[in-house]
Parts: sequence; C-alpha cells; structure tokens
Amino acid sequence: MTWTETLRTGWAAIRSHGLRSTLTVLGILIGIAAVILTVGLGLGTQKDVSEQISSLGSNLLIVTPGSSTDSDGMRGGFGSAATLTRSDAQALASEVNTPDVAGVAPEKSTSLAVETSETNWTTTVVGTTPEWLDVRSRELSSGEFFTADDDAEAAAVVVLGSQTATELFGSTDVVGQVVTIADTPFTVVGVLASEGAAASADLDDLAVIPLTTAAEQVVGGSSRSSVSTIYVQAASADQLAAAYQETETTLLNLHSITDADSADFSINSQDSLVSTATAVYRTLTVLLTGIAGLSLLVGGIGVMNIMLVSVTERTREIGLRKALGAPPWAIRRQFLVEATVLGLAGGLLGAALGIVSARVLPDLLDTSIVVSGAAVAGSVVVAMGIGLVFGVYPATRAARLAPIDALRSE
Amino acid sequence: MAETTTADARPAPAGAPWSEGVAAPVIDLAGVGKTYRTGAIEYEALRDIHLRIDEGEYVAIMGPSGSGKSTLMNLIGCLDTLTVGRYLLAGDDVADLDEVDLAEIRNRRIGFVFQQFHLLPSLAAWRNVELPLVYGHVPGPERRRRAVEALERVGLGSKLANRPGEMSGGQQQRVAVARALVGEPALILADEPTGNLDSTSSADVLGLFDELHAQGRTIVLITHELEVAQHARRIVRVRDGRIQSDEVNPR
Repeated sequence: MTWTETLRTGWAAIRSHGLRSTLTVLGILIGIAAVILTVGLGLGTQKDVSEQISSLGSNLLIVTPGSSTDSDGMRGGFGSAATLTRSDAQALASEVNTPDVAGVAPEKSTSLAVETSETNWTTTVVGTTPEWLDVRSRELSSGEFFTADDDAEAAAVVVLGSQTATELFGSTDVVGQVVTIADTPFTVVGVLASEGAAASADLDDLAVIPLTTAAEQVVGGSSRSSVSTIYVQAASADQLAAAYQETETTLLNLHSITDADSADFSINSQDSLVSTATAVYRTLTVLLTGIAGLSLLVGGIGVMNIMLVSVTERTREIGLRKALGAPPWAIRRQFLVEATVLGLAGGLLGAALGIVSARVLPDLLDTSIVVSGAAVAGSVVVAMGIGLVFGVYPATRAARLAPIDALRSE
Repeated sequence: MAETTTADARPAPAGAPWSEGVAAPVIDLAGVGKTYRTGAIEYEALRDIHLRIDEGEYVAIMGPSGSGKSTLMNLIGCLDTLTVGRYLLAGDDVADLDEVDLAEIRNRRIGFVFQQFHLLPSLAAWRNVELPLVYGHVPGPERRRRAVEALERVGLGSKLANRPGEMSGGQQQRVAVARALVGEPALILADEPTGNLDSTSSADVLGLFDELHAQGRTIVLITHELEVAQHARRIVRVRDGRIQSDEVNPR
C-alpha cells in the first residue's frame, strides 16, 4: 500500500465522519490559535514597550529620583522622592561637568485638566526647558516652541500635543488660541507633530509649558523646585557610557554622596529600560503559552479518543483488510495517517485562525500582536506531532486485532 | 514445479477421490488439529484432519454449526494458526508463518467470499474489488484495469462506480466474488456465500461459482445446506471436529 493510497483512504475515513472529525479538529485548532496568539501578544507587547522607550529620543539617559541599586545589586523602585531639582539639570548641562552630554531636559509632569471656554480635557502637563524638543527628538507641526526667555519670565505659553489639540479644539490649527490650566490662561504657541499610530498615545497627548511657569503657577507647593525626570542626551551612542559616568559623578557630588550604592537617584539607559520591561513580558508570555499548550494537550487527547472510537467502529473493516492481505504495519500506518491528518488539519486551520485574529484583534484591543513565522510553523508541526503521538495507541490496537475476531464482530 | 513434487512425494490414501493425481494439490492438510484454550478450559475444535484438494476442484465442506467447519475454513484461509499438523497451501508450508507472512499468503493465494459480503460501504464497487491488489503492491492503472475486468466477468460491468448500498444483495455478493477473483488466487474460499441471499440471488451466485469452476478455478465452499453443497463436485462432511465423509458428488 503506497503513501498516496494510505492518504486517500485516511481522508475518505475522515470525510465519512464529518461532524466528528470537525469537532476533533476544532480541539486542535483552538489550541494552535491560542498558542500563536499568546506568543504574538507577548511579542507585540515587547515591541510596543521597546518602541515606546526608544520613542523617548535617542542616546538618552533617564535620571529619576530614588535609589538605583541596593547593596545586593538589586534595582530599586523608581521612588517619588523629590531628590532631583532644576539645579541638578543645570549642573548636568555644564560642558565642564559633562563634556559627553549634548543636551539636558528636566521634566516636571503632572496630570491636570486643560480647559477651553467650551470643553476640558485631562492630560499630562509637562514643565520643561526649551532643550526638551531636541533631547526628546520631537518636532512641531505648527507654531514655535517656547524660548529660554519664556522660561525665565514664567510666561503663560503652552505647546500642545496633536491629540490634545484635537480633543480641545477639533483641529491642530490652534496657534494663538487660549487654554486654561490651573486657573491660569495660557496662549498656545505651537503644536507638536504626531509620533504616528505606532507610538504610545501618551506622546501625542500632552501639554508642554516652561518649567518655571509649571513650578510657580501650576504645581506650586513645597516641591516646586523638584523635577520628576531629567533626560540626559549623550552626544552619540559611543559616548553614552561616558555620559553615564559623568552624570552619576556630577549628581553624587551635588548631593554630597560618597558611596554610589546609596545614591538618591537612578540613571537608566533606554536599553536597560527595554530589557527590564521586556523581561516581565517574556515571563508572562512563557506562562500564557504554557496554558495554551495545555489546551493543545487536551486537543491531542480528543484525537486519541476519536481514533479509538474509529478503531472500534471499523473493526470489521480492519478484519476484512487483514483477510485481504493487509499486514499489521499497513493497518497501523492507515490509522496513524488518519490521526496525523486530523492533527495537521487542526494545525493549519488553527494557524489560519491565529493569523486572521492577529490582524483583527489589535484594532479591537489596542495592543499589537506580532505573528512570528517560527511560532506558526512550530505549532503546525506540533499539531501534526500531537496527531501522530496520540494516534500511536489506537493504531497499534487496530493493527493487533486478529482477522477472524475482527471479521465476526458486529 | 517443485511444489508439485513435494506434494506428490506423499502417498495418498487408497481410494481417495483425488488419487487420480491429475492436478497439483492446492490444499494439503496432514494430521491437522486445533485446540482453543480459554483460561483453564481446553476445547478441541478439530482433530486429525487429513484433506487434500487439487487444482480445479470444486469442494463443499458441510457440517452443522459447532462441527468445526468454520475452524477448518479459518485454518484453510490462513486466518488462524493450527495447533498440530502440517498445512501446505499451493506447496508452501504455512504452519509456522508469522502474521506478516500470513497476510501475504492470504493476499496472493486466497480469494475470500463471506456470508456478510464484507464490502466497504464508502467505496465504489471497483474500489472494493481492487483492495487485494492495493495490498499486493500492484500499480494504480493496472489495478483499475483488472478490477473492471473482474467486475465484467461477474456480470457487473455496468455497476463499476456504484456503492454497495446502491446494489442488491446478490449484486453485492457478486462484487465480493469479483474481489476474490481479481488477484488470480490459487483458491477461492467461500464461507456460506448464499447465507444472506434469497433463492434467486443464491442461484445467481452459485451459477457464478459453476462458471468459475468450468473455467478451471479451485473453489472451496463452506455451507450447512445440502442444496448449496450439491453444486460442488465433491462433498466433505465434518462432524465433531473430524472429517466424517469425503465423497464425490455425482450431480
């Protein structure tokens, strides 16, 4: 009996029990689609996170208040301690202290309502310096960024993110309009160019005002001199390590701390942020894929179940085939092929469902799903393997039937 | 013809119907017995069977149920193994063969016709008929040609693509006969072939066996009906696991 013959016979047997075969295939299908989607979701989230971090700018060091590492080398949490100040940022901007740093932008961010006469919108209000635009690699779509003079005079000017402008005015053509933030009227002087659909929404939904203005008129209070983040841009990728050293030394000196381990700030590169964030998602992906894999196992048991039913039901056929000269291996192969075809069908359909879902779901769930070719190919192969493995026992049972007993069964 | 020499080397009992020695023996059972064992209980279904059937013979094996005729048919058909004795099928000793070799012997030497037809309901008539050739590694186009030929020979040339469900019992049994013929086996072994048929269809199928016999086929028919056995040229009666009588049927 040739392979094509075996395949044809197997296919005919599968087709003759359409509903049963479909349900069995469904079990595998769901498992495979689940694996492809969880892997895709994991990869998509990792991609989102790293894009988000790289969209902060290039060659950046992110300085945040709070401890960096403890004595065991563990990374501490990003504390909310108000240990960083505007003067820290000024010191970091000095050529003498940090020759490898190209630009420094302190940020003081807070979530506030921005109002017009007609509507209001809660967004992130960022107080910063004019260097922010270069350090964060942003561009304006209209108007101008505020100047150092604006900052010095605590001018009530604001640069809006494109989404914020649209939410407030219905368009991005809003230079010259007035918005109210914390009871202070601000004149819109510019609108930021959109970072595009791929980037996080946060990048287009913000209102940027001079740091001094933020400290004196918007946030106020005891923490007015503190900043939440200082972005330090190295002059080039090669100078990133040097910039890190200079930044750390400068800040330690300013804060009169001798031991780097007890620093009251932490410095992270974009790379280290990416690896920290993706490590979490990777663990999560592995876990979810494991659960999806379990459903594949259940699907495999379904295949075995259905093949056992098939063997019982076709005992007479097996007996006849044996009487006509089918050796045990031919019978075994026939049932193995049948089980494998079921697995393969489930795998292919599951892969198709996974790929289609990966196209549709991101629009509904607002997350990226990256379909990896390896995951698709791998799961189709696994599905086939499941059919094969779970087919072995039923096929062997079929092959062992004695022809006379099989022929006489009713 | 080494096979013939082996078989002829053994003396045939005097007065046996095959003693003319015209044709080579297809079946040669010597001192064959079969004992079934279920737990501690032993049951001797057949004992001391000597039976020789030559090429071109048409033999009916008769006996009531429980006589051992089905066991005999299973042994002759290589569907079961014997406990003692020797069985030469077309000159080959099949007593010690394993399952794979037995499958091949069944495939090449024996064409089965069963009481329940045993056709595969999902397959067209010609697909059913070609099955033995599938396991005999005959290439596809030749299989189809031979299957069609065999179906024409049993008068079903117009029903090639019909499925068993679309045919009468008599027609189904004729498909089964075509399937038994298609591999050109040395022996056609029919187990109660008319047991599930009405009298017209029975006559039809038995007429077919007569034709095949006339064409020189070796046929062994297992039956409990004398009427059916009467078609054969020789009747072997089995009772209580022994051959009771073995005589030429005068017709």
